[in-house]
Amino acid sequence: MPEWFANLPPVVQALIRVLIFVLPVLLLVPGAIWYERRLLSWAQDRIGPNRVGNITFSRRGKYIPSFLKGKKFHLFGLIQPIADGIKLFMKEDITPTAVDRPIYFIAPALALFPAFTLGATIPWGPFTWLTPVADVNIGILWIIAVSSLGVYGVVLSGYASNNKYSLLGGLRASAQLISYELGMGMALACIVMATGSLRPTDIVAAQQEPLWGVVPALANWNIFTPYGFIAAIIFFICMVAETNRAPFDLPEAENELVAGYHTEYSSMKFAVFFMGEYAAMMVYGGILATVFFGGYHLLPVRWDWIIQQYPASNFIAGFFRDVDYWLSPLTFIFKGVLVLTAYIWLRATMPRLRYDQLMALGWKTLLPLATTNLIVVALWIVAARVYGPPVGILSAVVAFAILYGLWRGLDKAFSPPKAFLAPRSITLVNVPKPTPAPAPESEVAPSA
Amino acid sequence: METSAPLAITPELLLFGGIATAAAMAAVGVVAFNNAVRSALCLVINFFLLAFIYFTLQAETLGIIQIVVYTGAIMVLFLFVIMLLNLGGSGLLQQKGDKRMPVAIALGVVLFGLIASQLLPGLMSVTKPLAPDNFGAPQNVGRALFTQYVIPFEAVSVLLLVGIVGSILLAKRRI
Repeated sequence: MPEWFANLPPVVQALIRVLIFVLPVLLLVPGAIWYERRLLSWAQDRIGPNRVGNITFSRRGKYIPSFLKGKKFHLFGLIQPIADGIKLFMKEDITPTAVDRPIYFIAPALALFPAFTLGATIPWGPFTWLTPVADVNIGILWIIAVSSLGVYGVVLSGYASNNKYSLLGGLRASAQLISYELGMGMALACIVMATGSLRPTDIVAAQQEPLWGVVPALANWNIFTPYGFIAAIIFFICMVAETNRAPFDLPEAENELVAGYHTEYSSMKFAVFFMGEYAAMMVYGGILATVFFGGYHLLPVRWDWIIQQYPASNFIAGFFRDVDYWLSPLTFIFKGVLVLTAYIWLRATMPRLRYDQLMALGWKTLLPLATTNLIVVALWIVAARVYGPPVGILSAVVAFAILYGLWRGLDKAFSPPKAFLAPRSITLVNVPKPTPAPAPESEVAPSA
Repeated sequence: METSAPLAITPELLLFGGIATAAAMAAVGVVAFNNAVRSALCLVINFFLLAFIYFTLQAETLGIIQIVVYTGAIMVLFLFVIMLLNLGGSGLLQQKGDKRMPVAIALGVVLFGLIASQLLPGLMSVTKPLAPDNFGAPQNVGRALFTQYVIPFEAVSVLLLVGIVGSILLAKRRI
């Protein structure tokens, strides 16, 4: 910690730490919107916003310097989000007459609140005096707690709008968020058990240990361990559900609910919901990177060990180590952008889930899988302590295979046989009903 | 008893005063509002602020679990039920003039005074948290739960299981 920073009063120090985290998130929101629109249009084989900010200077203009005449400047539509923002500001701000006023006005703020407080315990670099905002020993619980508050903005906006579609959206959101919090908490609990700490900085440090306790040159990122891989997938799915993004965007399913919980919101109040969603996406990306992808480290390589073991490689390995150290904020943002890309890719690829599919995925697949994973982690900890790390990893893989086989087998044994294209609510006309399989030739002699 | 000693104003006391006042006002709001959703919201605020009182008392695990369980899960279910039942009618919770009301208020004040007279003298001299550092750290709480209090802890988990089984039995006639 530099001298001048230590001399500041603690409140000012905390304020600097908060600003240095929140401002980049705020500034990156327009970039994220542009990125999503361009990537989505690319996936859908169209062009997307590429015009705003392009300047073509006149060839014969009187006031244009000669070196600019006829020149074209492309900004790839990067100004588009600013144009969107101006449009939203200038729109008429309509407040319907029958809304529950105080709650109607508070709800957008409540939707924005978790997005910005979620990252309070996440370190974005090795600079312990700047990050995280609060290095508390309940950091992971803080993430679970704040993400569980995210439901209030959606539910209250749905209720206060006095609109049945909004209310339905709010109800869906509350059921969805509660269901997926469980899987998320379980997935994080696996990593907490493996690390032995709830502090995110400890989790990042633990991911710089030798890979599986065996390979000293590589770092033990949680994604490379069998249980961490499963937990990462569960966490990612739950994260998408928590941010109400496609394919889990049932609370705002526009073909059923107009626009869901924010139907009655216009102008800036709608923009606040929009901003909260994108900020939450980015912060969740940071959490995924911290917990599973080695935090702010660029590559899963332990440069310190390499330098110590092979002093001849000091030049190259030392260079990489310094890059790893000084570019850590950029690495962190880069990992966040990768997660953002995954979000957009999902939205471009997956159709929206049906409500019963959503509940079945959350309760019948993710939660049992996460619980199984928890048992596997416990087995791994015991085996690694008693017989050493390689046996631990092996036993984790074997235990997972056995438990997965058991679960699928039990599932198959107890679930009713699937009907062939069972009609749900639509009755098809003029389609012959599937004839039941012919009864087996009975042993009973024909009575005649 | 040195209750006459002047009360030293410490930052901890100011923080506690602010949070506790807001929490108490939210608690009054729970019973004062006629609208069920607003009452529930006041309860949310109360639970949320209670967590911060726990934080100031070095019990950070308890505080964060207060937010996760009560603010994040139970109150969402409350709101869910209120919205589903649509108790929005403002006249529904309106209380007409009741002759028993003054008696009830008087008895309530007497009860409050009795409790306060027993509790306050001991608490007046306390101006800062007395718990040692790391008193409520997750490691210490976990160790206490799994050594000293392991039987009550497991008994509570069985109780919860019984609750779940019972609710499924009630909700589903045919299993």
